[in-house]
Amino acid sequence: MAEIINEVKFSDAGMAEIQRYISHYPEGRQKSAILPIMHVAQAEFGGWLSPQVMDKIAEILNIQPIEVYEVATFYTMFNLKPVGKHVLEVCRTGPCCLRGADQMIDMIKQKLNIEEGETTADGMFTLKPVECLASCGTGPMLQVRETYYENLDTEEKLDQFLETLRNTEVETPYHQK
Amino acid sequence: MGIKILTEHINVPGIETLEVYRKHGGYRSVEKALKTMTPDEVVEEVKTSGLRGRGGAGFPTGMKWSFLAKPEGVPRYLVCNADESEPGTFKDRVFMQKNPHALIEGMITSSYALGANTSYIYIRGELMFVLRILEKAIAEAYAAGLLGKNIMGSGYDLDLHVAPGGGAYICGEETALLESLEGKRGNPRNKPPFPAVKGLFASPTVVNNVESIASVPWIVNNGGAEYAKIGVGRSTGTKLISASGNINNPGVYEIELGVPVEEFIYSDEYCGGILKGKQLKAVVPGGSSVPILPANLILKTAAGEDRLMTYESLSDGGFVSGSMLGSGAFIVFDEDQCIVRNTWNYARFYHHESCGQCSPCREGTGWMEKVLHRIEHGHGHQQDIDLLVSVAKQIEGNTICPLGDAAAWPVASAVRHFRDEFEWHIKHPQEATLPGAVYRGQLETITA
Ligand SMILES: Cc1cc2nc3c(=O)[nH]c(=O)nc-3n(C[C@H](O)[C@H](O)[C@H](O)COP(=O)(O)O)c2cc1C
Ligand code: SF4
Ligand code: FES
Repeated sequence: MAEIINEVKFSDAGMAEIQRYISHYPEGRQKSAILPIMHVAQAEFGGWLSPQVMDKIAEILNIQPIEVYEVATFYTMFNLKPVGKHVLEVCRTGPCCLRGADQMIDMIKQKLNIEEGETTADGMFTLKPVECLASCGTGPMLQVRETYYENLDTEEKLDQFLETLRNTEVETPYHQK
Repeated sequence: MGIKILTEHINVPGIETLEVYRKHGGYRSVEKALKTMTPDEVVEEVKTSGLRGRGGAGFPTGMKWSFLAKPEGVPRYLVCNADESEPGTFKDRVFMQKNPHALIEGMITSSYALGANTSYIYIRGELMFVLRILEKAIAEAYAAGLLGKNIMGSGYDLDLHVAPGGGAYICGEETALLESLEGKRGNPRNKPPFPAVKGLFASPTVVNNVESIASVPWIVNNGGAEYAKIGVGRSTGTKLISASGNINNPGVYEIELGVPVEEFIYSDEYCGGILKGKQLKAVVPGGSSVPILPANLILKTAAGEDRLMTYESLSDGGFVSGSMLGSGAFIVFDEDQCIVRNTWNYARFYHHESCGQCSPCREGTGWMEKVLHRIEHGHGHQQDIDLLVSVAKQIEGNTICPLGDAAAWPVASAVRHFRDEFEWHIKHPQEATLPGAVYRGQLETITA
């Protein structure tokens, strides 16, 4: 089946971010900037990295596409499949469990009617369990893009959080500077 | 109230700005070091201070610095380890978020001591919001002539950058971190060569934890000998402790090393006692990788002495009856917590985070997770307990990096101290899998 591949084009602000990161490394070491560039790409292109986007990153860094795939598959923050508008990255590690993370995850599953790794039918939320986010004193907690939502230990707080998120528009962080 | 070296001004409004930070004595160590001390003199002060690495291993910082190779014409690097992914640890995140200039000051003074002209702060990718706080502070420092060329007219140049990771616990291990910083998968390197000889971009490199680096300005300002007066014995100075679990006041506390564990748990100055007045069951005192200790052994050593918050006291008794200070992540379990479930959770974590390079770690962590999962879910066999011990033993010491040990120790120690709880799960699978069921000794169950 023929596929029409849209050209991958970063915004000007995104491209400026990318160039800034590349400038942090010695000449010939531009590949070092791959992780920050993947973060920029994920923010710009709907929260995940398609093969086309990864190929574009390879082109920018002047490396082989396989080198980008290799890195993208190692790190858990990069989504290699489409995701919902808001990805709920929920901490499921021991210290948060002492404060009710298991119960919070169960409640989210029930309320959104999805399992771990799934996206709601309306495309609004994806549930992605992750490991300790260095916020163990304020668990149960989760992350959505660059924001931590902490102490989600009651149903009311969880409901309120989901409602707020439903009405939150997605912005690329470096545009807010 | 003990002395506060790292957190004295942390709650001052506006401390994240250069102006307020300088008003409270910020960047004095840069001026003092760059204008009145040679790099070697700074290294000497840090050696004298007895400061030990705060990332987990506790290796003396000054000694590490003195190992740095200095071949002619080759750049040297200082890399700050802000990966902070050890479960239970959140001190570096809180510290950087609230007081970014304090880390930057430490980076400048430390980079000067090591002769590095480019330095990096590698921060876990989940902390992008902290990266932005650091970058803002770095921009202020450049504008004020504290970074860049000819800092404060001293002739010393330094560029400082922040690099985000991508979500991988293993990138906290220093050689995996360097791989990641070079834009590769975070597979730990074989050692030797050590980073001090061949680190970032194959150049001599020092990797230090956020807290270690942030302790340097005080040492430069007040002298290593003054620092060494704080604390107990070889545990000098102060330590940030991330306190979590079933306590009244979770949070980050700066303690003088030597505070009794009992005081740390029960005093209102720190944890404020166990949540809802429950009983203390166990503590993991140094992050998920260190051995868990039951209440009696965390409060007193096997010899009956008060356990103190020091490297030595927490490890007293070795792995038979002791643990480790590690990264200072103090995780508290009350009587309602199930040790089997927690051990399974940690085993799952390490299996998930193993990079897969060495078979004992890759296969062993998978086995431990699987066996613990079946015990927790009521399908365990009597031989499983010994199987766990034997798998843990086969991992320990047989891997490229210490993640293997970090995965083995929590399992081995949980079985050592809570064997009857594991047996109860295996012998009474129905009771043990009831919601909220917890073993409370002598086969008594309480269901929630
Ligand atoms: C699996 C693993 C994870 C680690 N994670 C961290 C970390 O997040 N932060 C850190 O400072 N050190 C971490 N370390 C320790 C580092 O390898 C290294 O010893 C430390 O950064 C050195 O700094 P220090 O001497 O100032 O403690 C980790 C080690 C291992 C084996
Ligand atoms: S011990 Fe585990 S994490 Fe470390 S290098 Fe080996 S497989 Fe990778
Ligand atoms: S365990 Fe959840 S943030 Fe650390």
